Amino acid sequence: MSKFQKLEFYAQQQTYELLPFKFDRLNDDEYVITNMAGEFHVIPAPMLEPIISKTFALSPELIATLRSKQFIRFTNEQAPLQLLALKIRTRLSRLAQFTNLHIFVVTLRCDHSCPYCQVSRQSESKGEFDMTTEMADKSLDFVFRSPNPAIKIEFQGGEPLLNFEMVKYVVLEAKKRNLKEGRDLRFVIATTLSLLTDDMLDFCKQHNIVLSSSLDGPMDLHNANRPRPGRDSHQRFEEGLKKARAALGYDQVSALMTTTDKSLPRAREIIDEYLRLGFDGIFLRTLSPYGFAIKTKKFMSYDTERWLEFYKEGLEYIIELNKSGIRFVEQYSAIVLTKMLTSGDPGFVDLMNPAGAGIAAIVFNYDGSVYASDESRMLAEMGDHTFRLGSILEHSYEEIILSDQLLDALENSFTLSAPMCSDCAFEPYCGAEPVYHHAIHKDVVARKPESAFCKRNMSIFKHLIELMGSDEQTKRIFMGWANRC
Amino acid sequence: MLKLGGKIIRIHAVDVDKTITLAKVSTSRNLPEVLRREMTYMVSDNQIPQGFAHYLLVEKHRYLVDALPLDSDFSILPDDYSYIGDGDVIRLSADRQSIRVLFRASSPHNSILVTEQCNHYCLMCSQPPKAADDSWILDEIESLIPLIPKDTRELVFTGGEPTTSRERFLNIISLTKSYLPRTAIHILSNGRSFKDPVFAERYAQIELPDAMIGIPVYSDDPTLHDYIVQAQGAFDETIQGILNLKRLGQKVEIRVVIHKLSIQRLPELCEFIARNLLFVDHVALMGLEMMGFTRANLDELWIDPFEYKDILSKSVGILAKYGMHISVYNHQLCLVNSDIYPYYRKSISDWKNEYATECEVCTRKSDCGGFFSSGIKHGYSKSLMPFC
Repeated sequence: MSKFQKLEFYAQQQTYELLPFKFDRLNDDEYVITNMAGEFHVIPAPMLEPIISKTFALSPELIATLRSKQFIRFTNEQAPLQLLALKIRTRLSRLAQFTNLHIFVVTLRCDHSCPYCQVSRQSESKGEFDMTTEMADKSLDFVFRSPNPAIKIEFQGGEPLLNFEMVKYVVLEAKKRNLKEGRDLRFVIATTLSLLTDDMLDFCKQHNIVLSSSLDGPMDLHNANRPRPGRDSHQRFEEGLKKARAALGYDQVSALMTTTDKSLPRAREIIDEYLRLGFDGIFLRTLSPYGFAIKTKKFMSYDTERWLEFYKEGLEYIIELNKSGIRFVEQYSAIVLTKMLTSGDPGFVDLMNPAGAGIAAIVFNYDGSVYASDESRMLAEMGDHTFRLGSILEHSYEEIILSDQLLDALENSFTLSAPMCSDCAFEPYCGAEPVYHHAIHKDVVARKPESAFCKRNMSIFKHLIELMGSDEQTKRIFMGWANRC
Repeated sequence: MLKLGGKIIRIHAVDVDKTITLAKVSTSRNLPEVLRREMTYMVSDNQIPQGFAHYLLVEKHRYLVDALPLDSDFSILPDDYSYIGDGDVIRLSADRQSIRVLFRASSPHNSILVTEQCNHYCLMCSQPPKAADDSWILDEIESLIPLIPKDTRELVFTGGEPTTSRERFLNIISLTKSYLPRTAIHILSNGRSFKDPVFAERYAQIELPDAMIGIPVYSDDPTLHDYIVQAQGAFDETIQGILNLKRLGQKVEIRVVIHKLSIQRLPELCEFIARNLLFVDHVALMGLEMMGFTRANLDELWIDPFEYKDILSKSVGILAKYGMHISVYNHQLCLVNSDIYPYYRKSISDWKNEYATECEVCTRKSDCGGFFSSGIKHGYSKSLMPFC
């Protein structure tokens, strides 16, 4: 007899135990099962019931995979529980860090008059729509109350370059305070680049300020979306981009696109424009329903289905690009894939639970109001002040962070207890988004079957999982995306 | 292949009660007298200094016996041992019949076998475990460590399972830190002992400045891993051991030997590692050594690396996407795809490293890690494709 035991000797003799997992139908033939750590596995539809009821001897391969991803375990095994706990802890670790992103709306004034825009005013008057130094000082007091060792200050508008003196004031003041604080302090300016001067660039270079800009696609589309006197938004963007890259560094300028009904038939052209200008990724965004977008009914002019077609077409093209050797990322997919393929949390406010509002990001508005998110202040511009957490001039850090407006929204939208979210297989990849649901449905949870947010994200999650299942090369490309953020 | 131990030809001892066990070798004629008394001189010509505790001669220098200082202890070794050099440490057995070279100062690959006992019985073990009490080895290591040159770059502790005797393992590690504070320490363990948080903590408290524990994980499927290592529940304990070590900030390397069993789920294993153990410091994917038990289980283990090269590429690709630190060891350059090159290492210890006859014409031989001597002797890929 051999001194070695056979494989069967090491196979488990008793039946397995189920570890917590959720399931959902992926398509007509398959289910996807997921756990809190974000692990997923696709199984043929008829296998689901036997796995759960343990009524059918599963193949050794399936048993191995279910153990490997911690969907099942055998009695006395400790490693699966430890690994699950570790991954969930890792995923939630950012919560303990608290607020990182602090948005300063230094002015509402803007040189553009985009029909979809959320928050801008065509005004020459300086006082009315600009942040004051008193507000900035108080806001900085607030910023450094955050326990987060990394602090990002993002300047928004309007067009923040129209109040560049305030940008400079905040940067210099924040850096002065940071000599003592020692945080990892970073700055971003969200700007169309149209008003960028060499002096501004010098300042940005000196203080390592990154620029986050906007590009909607080819010139005609971009200029139609973004009217300004002279109809030269695209040209100014391109010139600004070139100057800024030369001064600050090629990767120090990013661009975000806004999707409008005009964009929908032009996914490839938009992506090509990003390629032409040397970007290595694009964020295929939905149209935001806030601000003037709701009023002008612009966001109603195409429905979620149509947007999903646009997204899938764009994504397919981007995958083709990657397969031909061009590294190019679709950033929304990358955020979702990070949640699917790693234990990391990309920290994207829309896809966080508890919601990122207030605790991942917070907004100091030009008028001294403090909002739970960028969207919250857009809602306020339409007269809905639900997510106004207080005034930086009148209220303390504690009063603002512990305000009922914020705590109720976070608690009531928590996806692990929200109806239909708590038992959704895609919950680990999704987020709470109380502000969106309040804006559209007047309820921070809303009925999910009616939620375009839910429909859109579910479709994206399923689509990404199916793409990975159908093609090894795509899965490999996605693994690369997942590990970038 | 270098011969590291075996019979000696003749030993001449003036004082038979004076037992020489461990001896540090010198080739320096100018060593101060005071240092000579503890050292052994390797004779290479007739200029032989006086005052060494012992003298070594290889057989071809046997005629130099007459040139030795009067009443010297000496040993005559087979010519195989001509490589013994300055700073090496040897053991002359108590019965004066055999020699073992324990440390070679000129080699970057010195490993110290801590014990032959193990709680695994791996199908491909190159150093088959023995149950017998071998704690004399531990005594010897405690004497050896102070003799090792202080400028040694790296030292490997291997086995058996080096933590079998936990207290003595900790003592040896502690001693190593004291005597060799600048040496990188590599410990090859199956990690199961570190499942005990108290033991893991005590190891961590030694605070070796530069140490890594290399721990094998052969499959993401616990059953397959347990079968390969022939130990029930091993996977569960090994994973817990890794988690404890990393929780304590200790460096851990995962070592995967590739063979017909482990290749079955190698990409799944790599996904498992990337997903669950992303924080380990290094992942080594290693070719099979044709030694020990491997030859007994050859049918079950052998797969031509040529047949698995695409699976290897896929597996390395997964780890690379997750940004892990990867090495591919013990493979031949012509049997891996070019996407492996960035991770390819010439890894086989110098004393057991050879090339096949097919390799003679190869233009990239100097870039290639070649084979284990055991591979040349007992079988290697039929698919070698020398570069030309």
